[in-house]
Formats: sequence, structure tokens, C-alpha cells
Amino acid sequence: MTVHQLSETMSKPDLSQLQIERLQTTLNRVYRNVSFYKHALDEHKIQIDTIRNLADIRNLPLTSKEDLRKSYPYDMFALPLRDVVRIHASSGTTGKPIVVGYSRNDLAHWADLVARELSWAGITDRDVVQIGFAYGLFTGGLGYQDGAEKIGASVIPASNQTAMSDLFTIMKDFKTSALICSPTTALTLARYMRSTGIHPEQLHMKRGIIGSEPWSESVRTEIEETFQIELFDSYGLSEIMGPGVSAECECHCGLHVNEDHFIVEVIDPKTLESLDEGDEGELVFTTITKEAFPLIRYRTGDRGSIIPGPCKCGRTFVRTSRITGRTDDLIMLQGAKVFPLQLLNTVHETKGIAPQCQIIISKTDGADAIEIRVAIESNYEHIDEIKILEKLRTDLGKSVKDRFGIGAKITFMEETTLINENRGKKQPVVIDKRYS
Amino acid sequence: MLKVRSVESGYGKLKVLTNVSLHVGKGEIVGIIGANGAGKTTLLHTISQVIKPQCGEIRFNDIPITTIAPHKTNSLGCVLVPEGRQVFAPMTVAENLLLGAYSLYKKGKKECVTEELSKVYGLFPVLKQRHAQLAGTLSGGEQQMLAIGRALMAKPLCIMLDEPSMGLAPLVVKEILTAIRTLRDTGTTILIVEQNSKAVLGIADRGYVLETGSIVLEGTAQDLLNNTEVQRAYLGKDYTRINE
Repeated sequence: MTVHQLSETMSKPDLSQLQIERLQTTLNRVYRNVSFYKHALDEHKIQIDTIRNLADIRNLPLTSKEDLRKSYPYDMFALPLRDVVRIHASSGTTGKPIVVGYSRNDLAHWADLVARELSWAGITDRDVVQIGFAYGLFTGGLGYQDGAEKIGASVIPASNQTAMSDLFTIMKDFKTSALICSPTTALTLARYMRSTGIHPEQLHMKRGIIGSEPWSESVRTEIEETFQIELFDSYGLSEIMGPGVSAECECHCGLHVNEDHFIVEVIDPKTLESLDEGDEGELVFTTITKEAFPLIRYRTGDRGSIIPGPCKCGRTFVRTSRITGRTDDLIMLQGAKVFPLQLLNTVHETKGIAPQCQIIISKTDGADAIEIRVAIESNYEHIDEIKILEKLRTDLGKSVKDRFGIGAKITFMEETTLINENRGKKQPVVIDKRYS
Repeated sequence: MLKVRSVESGYGKLKVLTNVSLHVGKGEIVGIIGANGAGKTTLLHTISQVIKPQCGEIRFNDIPITTIAPHKTNSLGCVLVPEGRQVFAPMTVAENLLLGAYSLYKKGKKECVTEELSKVYGLFPVLKQRHAQLAGTLSGGEQQMLAIGRALMAKPLCIMLDEPSMGLAPLVVKEILTAIRTLRDTGTTILIVEQNSKAVLGIADRGYVLETGSIVLEGTAQDLLNNTEVQRAYLGKDYTRINE
């Protein structure tokens, strides 16, 4: 039995002992080394030696994305730069980017955790793994690369191949057996595959590890059916580590959090009170082994819940639900509550429409109006047939009306214009003109 | 096997350990490293109940031991090898060893004593050669072997060693560390406190770094050896940078 299997099936009392040890150790270090935490703890009059049990974590102050932005670039580092061996950063589309650092041990743990998750999805040293994530400041590419290499798989860093045909050539010729990418990439690949008539039997694909954006069950079905593979959801964020925070096991009933390295909580995003198992709220993570960039109770902004009870797979790590959206982007519209991601999912489900959108909200004659800007897929066979396009528009409008009870205006854009205007972001861009 | 949770301990009003949590799994060698005055000995004394913790919980094989007397922790199988050997100088090597089997006599397991004695002689053959010699006339290394042997006579499940390398020649240290590894291989769990960080991390599975009464780092021995703070503070590496 490997060390990993031992940790994954650790008994709850042993796990809680390990977590409290690591939490206390992390607190001792951040209090000594990170001025933000020293001030935050002193300001809240919290003495770290009063954190004696895991439940006491609720007394600690939360860390927000804004706190990390203010610390740009290195103020949250708990180690001097000479001990930091890797630097990544999150995209700075809504402000300054968040810079994160890794020590040598952090990188080793990161590779271990990603390897652990990939092995849950059944990846072994016999797999040929094709990675579709960008290799750069973003943690996706290098994170999965290190983990897959740790397993001993043959890894293809195929992120700079933008032409679909090139990607499929690699898949066919290099005999790719596992695909690691974002849901948008996987969906685009699946649709290209159908439109060009590539049959799954021409490929050697067995499984896909999909992460970096929330994706729905309908997207899962579409990709799984097109490729005839099994998909596994993988969750992570650069602030906490990158990929490797939590992932699905073979049971596909929630994502196991790597609890020997992270403590997960769910809070009410308004009252900031801790919620019980099963209640949906904002996911909050504390890192308990990170050396260079430890975070205490970091608010992820992702909505989810903790699933009560053990998993059938035998792993004892707690499970969270799949991410249902963001806590900070709820749109109140015509009396209805809409998460942009839910709208995007509806767009995803409409065949012929590219899996991206822009949402414009404005006031017309005192009433809220919503416009959804979408693009027709460039390889859609009926792209020149106005009647069919009109039907697409009506269908999407009807789906939105049925699902959310709101009447939306659907506008078509050029696919490239939409991608450019969204600045490459896969998540829907929301422009709210009501208060401007 | 041994779980220490949020323990605070000290001497009267002087608090030495603050919120210390650690565990030692069955069959593991766990090392605790730290500078002088970090609280290493206080920690071992607290676990063996020589000092009672001011708060927190200590469990040995799931039995809470914070309320029991020090000699009872010994009969539960958790034995301390004190710092500075502390062998009974005017007694012979064999007598010292037999004294260690005191708890076996009390349990009525007298027949085990000869067996344990031969095991100790097997581990440290020099003790057999000198069995009739007065303990006070042994060299430092031999006294350390005697102290470990005396602890082993109680058939412990977990043995706690306080600075076993203190004041010993490098070759003797190596010999003692090899013996500790052999002990682990025969199923004994080991908690070892040391200032000689390199030596202890070389044989340990996991380790903790104690600084002014708090644990500031933990991880596998390899993680700690890779940690640059540990390298600078405890392993004497990176001198050039410090001199700059």
C-alpha cells in the first residue's frame, strides 16, 4: 500500500489529529512570517494558542480575494523569495493579479496531490495524457503536467495547438488515452468531432479530467457520449494551490477534498456564519501544509456544499458538491435570481451555438431587460440558413424563459468578436448597465 | 499510538509549551528537533507525566494518560530514556538492566526477563562483555547503550529518547542510531528528541520542529531536510549567504 492510499483512507480521529497539528503549525508560521495575518489576528484579538480543536477554526478571520490583491505582489508570502522556487499568478481581469509562490516542498506536495487525483480517475503509467491547459502564469498546465509525470504517464503538453485538426491529429497519432482540459475546450472538441464525422473508435481515448470552470451534467453527458469516455471533475484554484484541491473518484458523487492538506468549510456569503453539512454556501479553504503561500480561511467565491456521509469508494476524505456557481455574481432580474453560469449552461445545451456568452442587463422604460449575446459555431453546417438561425434564436429564448421565467433578447455576434470582447474568459461576461 | 493534542506545559508560572500537538504512529520513528530551550525535554517529561500538562490531552493507545502517575505510563508501555543517560553508577551493567525490568516483575512476567536480557545483549553486544562491570566506569557511548537497554527491558511499545547523541563521538552516535533503526524494525515505536538534527532526520520517518515551545514545522523527514529554513537553522547549510 502506498502512502497515498494510507492517507486517503485514514480514520476520522487520525485525520482530525493530523489536521489540528498542521493547522496549529501553519498558524504559528503565518503569525510569525506574514504581517497581514499578524495584524488580522491581533485586530480580532485572537490568540493562536486558543485554536485547540478543529471547530475553533471558525474563530479565525477570513481572507478575501481583495486582501490578496492588496498584498500584490509578494506581501502574503511566508517565505523569503530565495526560498520560493516557482511563481504563478491568477488572471487579473478584474483588478491586479494575485501572485502565488511555491517552495520546493510545495511543488513536491502539489505533484503528489495531482497524481493522487489523476489516479482516482484511473490514470496509470500506461496512459498517454494530453493536456489542453495553458502553460504559463496559470496553474493548470504545469500543475497537471507535474502530477501526470509523477504517475509515470506519457504527457503531451498540447496547449499551444489551437487548430482543432492538429489536436485531433495528436489524439489519433500519439494514441492519447486521457484528456485534461477545461469543459469549454472539451465541448468545442466534441462538437468539432461530430461535425467532421470523427468516430470515437478512431481515437484511443478512455477518460477525461475536466476542471478550471464549473460545468453541468448536460455538458458531461454530451462530451462523454461524443468521445465515449468517462469524465472526472477536478477542482482547484491558484490561490490555494492550483489543480489538486479536490476531485471526483470513480463513484462520481461529489469531489473528495485532499483533507490532509486543506481544511474545507462552507459559510453563508452574507452573514459569514459557518454552515452545516449539506447546506449550500461559499466554499472556504485553509491550507495546512503550504510553506510559501499559506492561506487561512480563504473565501473562494465558489458556491457548493459539503456532502454528508461516507463515499462508497472507501476514501474517508470529505466530499463537496460540484460547483454550482459564484457567490459574487448573482443577478437579480425581473424578480428572478439568475446565476450567469446557469445561463451559460443553457447556451451550452443549444446545438449550433458556441459555448460562450455575454450578458447585458439594462433598464428599458423602468423595467429590467436582459440581452444574451451569443455566437454561431464557425463550423455549424446551417450557418448561412437564416430560417434555421432564427429558429435557434427562438429556441434559446424559449429555453431561457422556461428555465428562469425571464424574457431575454438573443443577439448573434461573430464568434471571434465575442471571444475578443470576453478577453478569452470562458465564463460569461456580465455587463450591468442598470446602475451606470 | 501516541497522540498529543493542544498541550500546554511548564514549570509553575513559567509556560514552556504552547498548544503543542503531535502524533507518533505504530512502528514509526518520529524526530523532534529544536534549539536549546525550545522545550524538547519538557515535552518528553510531559508525555511521560513527570510534569503534568496544564491543559490538553495525551493519549497512549487511545488511553488518556494525563491523569495517571508517571510509573504507570511505563507499565502501559511508554518508556523514557532520560537525557544524560542517568545510569546507576555504583551498580553493575546487568543490575542496571534488571532494574529496567521492574514493571515485568510487577506484572508477574518474570520468565520474560531472561528473554529480554538476551535481546538487549544481542542489540548491544558490548553490554554483554561488560555485564559485571560497574556502570559508572563505562564510556559515554556504552552508558547510552545501557540506558536504552534498561528501557528496553520493560518490553516497551514506545520508547522516547532524550538527546541520545549528546556528548558522544560521531562513530558512537552512528552506532546508536543504527541500533535505534534496528529497534524500529523489530516493531518498537520511537520518539526521539535531538539537537543533532541531521542525525535524527537521517533515521526518522517524520519530524517536528519545535521553536520556543511551539511547533512551527512538521512533515516527513525528507520534507524537513528539503526545507530551507531547517537547512539554515539546524543543518548548518547556506553559510555563505549568512556571511554576506
